[in-house]
Amino acid sequence: MAVNAAFVGRTYPPDGVYEVSREKIREFAEAVAGADRGAFAEPGAVAPVDPVHTDGEAARALGYDDVVAPVTFAVIVAQRSDARLVRDPEAGIELGRILHGEQGFVHHRPITAGMRLIATLHVDSVREAGGHAMVGTRSEIATEAGEPVCTATSLLVVRGADA
Amino acid sequence: MHRDVPARGPGRGRVSAVTGPGADQHPQADHEPAAASRHEALTRPVLSDLEVGAEVARARYAVRRSDLVRYAGAGGDFNPIHWDEAFARSVGLPDVLAHGMFTMATAVRVVTDWCRDPGAVLAYSVRFTKPVVVDHDNGATIEVVATVGALDPEAGTARIDLAATSAGVGVLGKARATVRLPPR
Repeated sequence: MAVNAAFVGRTYPPDGVYEVSREKIREFAEAVAGADRGAFAEPGAVAPVDPVHTDGEAARALGYDDVVAPVTFAVIVAQRSDARLVRDPEAGIELGRILHGEQGFVHHRPITAGMRLIATLHVDSVREAGGHAMVGTRSEIATEAGEPVCTATSLLVVRGADA
Repeated sequence: MHRDVPARGPGRGRVSAVTGPGADQHPQADHEPAAASRHEALTRPVLSDLEVGAEVARARYAVRRSDLVRYAGAGGDFNPIHWDEAFARSVGLPDVLAHGMFTMATAVRVVTDWCRDPGAVLAYSVRFTKPVVVDHDNGATIEVVATVGALDPEAGTARIDLAATSAGVGVLGKARATVRLPPR
């Protein structure tokens, strides 16, 4: 099944708000900090996390409005945004055939707790290479008021039928 | 949400990526002294001290499958190739693979632990070149070395290039973070 090249240039407008919570920032920061494998660590204990992700005072001391998200936190919003394309039946993308080829983030302002984010999805490219389809997507993530927050780009590699 | 189910061998070159990362750092087992841990000196790096090509930080992160389960929940990516060995093998993979986004997040920790301000990372991008294979008993280790790739004094930024390897194989390509630093 070929990916539909006519989708290049297509845009999906924001379809909902992602509200950034302190607890989600903590959860994500802990997940990328890994487990505490110290000798006396209890099961499920996590490694120490930078307090700018968990402590409002520590974050404000660095000039942020509230706890600040880890560098790749925006992927949560970006992958929800990409899902609109992936699940579009006319796009010809089979979920089980997708590999993540590349990912990028350009931060226009830090993501902090309390922000309400929206995402506009752009399909920037569709090309064939080596029997695979390479789909370049870009989510422009902004506040509800329209202030740019993050540009997240992904290259999705959709394996060909014989790959 | 994407399911990155790869097939049997990763496709070619950068196409191959499926996977991910892993990571966790441990104060104990795998922490190397060179890593700028937040527990060490509180000095922050400044632009005028940096030289292109110089190594600024390195670290080793141990990854276990339980870390991938935690990341699946936090990141919202429940693809079973990241936690179900039987499923992973059924689609032709060698074993459970870390999420690519987990590897990406792990690699940049060496940068944020060094510059001590996650909000100073203005841009960050990677190619997923090889998966991090996470063994049931032994997990995996991701080693990251950060060097200065370029300096832009006018913009007040440094480009930090990351080399990430697992089991001796490079797992990220063109992994670059643009970091805002004080001039001196």
